[in-house]
Amino acid sequence: MLNRLSTYLYQRPKLILALLLGPPMIYMLVVYLGSLFLLLVNSFFYLEEFTGLVVRQFTLRTYLQLFSPTNLGIFGRTVGMAMAVTIADAIIAFPLAYYIAKFASPRLKTYLYIAVTLPLWSSYLVRVYAWKLILAKEGIVSWFFHLFGLQPVLDWILSIPSIGGSSLSLSPIGMFIAFCYIWLPYMIVPIQTALERVPKSLLEASSDLGANAAQTFRNVILPLAFPGVVAGSIFTFSLTLGDFIVPQTLGNSRFFIGQAVYSYQGTAGNIPLAAAFTMGPVIIMIVYLLVARKLGAFDAL
Amino acid sequence: MSTPAIQFDKVSRHFGEVKAVDNASLEIRDGEFFSMLGPSGSGKTTCLRMIAGFDRPTSGNIFLYGQDVSNLPPYERDVNTVFQDYALFPHMTIEDNIAYGLMVKGMAKAARYKQVDNMLDLVRLPGFGYRKPSQLSGGQRQRVALARALINHPKVLLLDEPLGALDLKLRQQMQIELKAIQKRVGITFIFVTHDQEEALTMSDRIAVFNEGKIEQVGTPSEIYERPASPFVAGFVGTSNLISGETAKRITGSEEMFSIRPEKIHLDSVNGKSHKDMLSIDGVVRDVVYLGLFTRYLVEIAGGSDLVVVVQNLNTTSMDVLSAKGQKVRLHWHKDHISHVGG
Repeated sequence: MLNRLSTYLYQRPKLILALLLGPPMIYMLVVYLGSLFLLLVNSFFYLEEFTGLVVRQFTLRTYLQLFSPTNLGIFGRTVGMAMAVTIADAIIAFPLAYYIAKFASPRLKTYLYIAVTLPLWSSYLVRVYAWKLILAKEGIVSWFFHLFGLQPVLDWILSIPSIGGSSLSLSPIGMFIAFCYIWLPYMIVPIQTALERVPKSLLEASSDLGANAAQTFRNVILPLAFPGVVAGSIFTFSLTLGDFIVPQTLGNSRFFIGQAVYSYQGTAGNIPLAAAFTMGPVIIMIVYLLVARKLGAFDAL
Repeated sequence: MSTPAIQFDKVSRHFGEVKAVDNASLEIRDGEFFSMLGPSGSGKTTCLRMIAGFDRPTSGNIFLYGQDVSNLPPYERDVNTVFQDYALFPHMTIEDNIAYGLMVKGMAKAARYKQVDNMLDLVRLPGFGYRKPSQLSGGQRQRVALARALINHPKVLLLDEPLGALDLKLRQQMQIELKAIQKRVGITFIFVTHDQEEALTMSDRIAVFNEGKIEQVGTPSEIYERPASPFVAGFVGTSNLISGETAKRITGSEEMFSIRPEKIHLDSVNGKSHKDMLSIDGVVRDVVYLGLFTRYLVEIAGGSDLVVVVQNLNTTSMDVLSAKGQKVRLHWHKDHISHVGG
């Protein structure tokens, strides 16, 4: 019976393809793209202020609201944070990825790989709250500053407008630290993958031709690992762009895109504005991915 | 005699328990085409890597034209390497690959591209400068790797089995070309290979490596005609090794000697022997007709087998195959044997 079934399928490769691809395609088209499409449709409706009801009529006035100074500020703040986190993660991840890829013994490599991905096994919420405690006024970071008599430095950092706040756990700089930590594994892994593919002989050749370590890094390692950096940045950038938990937990009253979407579609009931807000990151990411593809990032994933 | 290009003074390289190179001493002369020949794992590549600076000796010293370079990093040594996998930078054009050495030295762009053009001419790839390595064939990449090394005018050029990845025809062509380029630029070439024919074809002198030790250093004809050890006799070409009782019966001494298959004459049992000739009787056990020549396996008195190769000057396959099972007399000139010790 089973034999006959497999013979039947063997003779009909197109049917196998349909059976294998069908369920995920239906999921992608209906659930994923469908909901994105509904979002797009909703963003062209508007909320009647007086009645608080959504008017299902094509209009661009919701999009116009995005261009208010407050909302532009939200976009600017979020994109700025996403860029800062991406750059910082790239700088932190590179040496570690380089060590794992080129120097660690196979055994150590396994351990380091586990160490890098281990945080991803625990709940993201737990880790954000852990950072809230670490960064709190009475937390370990402040305590260290105290211990070394560096309280004025901390106070100075917190007094810088637009990145400071009343404490590290209630400031953009605290958010930045938490974001960097949370998305770091997504940057390390693609860079390491890209570096693994650089044959050792290329580094030897560079050195053989007279390049010192810094020149080899700049001329050979960095260009060949760059697609990996771009691939990692897709994650760190887009994840920061859409996140609302970190800003809500560690931020101050100034909104990020994720929070804006969350509050407009929740308490405010302004689904059209929430949808319009979401289209922002979607468009930014589409442009970003097109650029990333040009830079060869998808070959490094 | 002038200062040797490379001198190894009791150099060893151990990887844990493994003695990759064990107490090797060696002199490579200025301007010669020197080959390091040996099976894989014999230590020849490790020696090359120590000259380049990718590896450092566990003990002993390496001199480059009299200067002790044992502990210098690769970028401070006046040697360049052609890698087995060519190691061309995939993200750069051919032009930038070749100019790399000049670029890191800080030479101006215009000056270095002029030299690149000369190099592309030397390796017969004019007009290939703007391509990427991935657009080139194996043989072309090979030449780019050569140009990239030679543009720096190194004192010594190291070649790590550079022809290994090429097909036979291209390999033979590149052998001739490499030799011609070496003559033209006049630089010392050190060539690592496991292919004995390649080493014999190209080299001025050869060092034969086995298990981390240098078995023999000499010209191709010395290596071939007068192998100094059983290993060399067996590794370079085919050899018959004879020792003990059988050797005593032939030469009067039990000392081991080797005789090349093509030096042995095959004759009928009643053929008479010249006074300078050594001889022994045997039975043809096997005959392989190979077109250009015929290979016989002859079992001699005492039980061992000798390989004999005879050119097919007048004989046809019918003639030679009928020799199977016949009694024959083998003889060869006494100067053609080589005592290999051991």
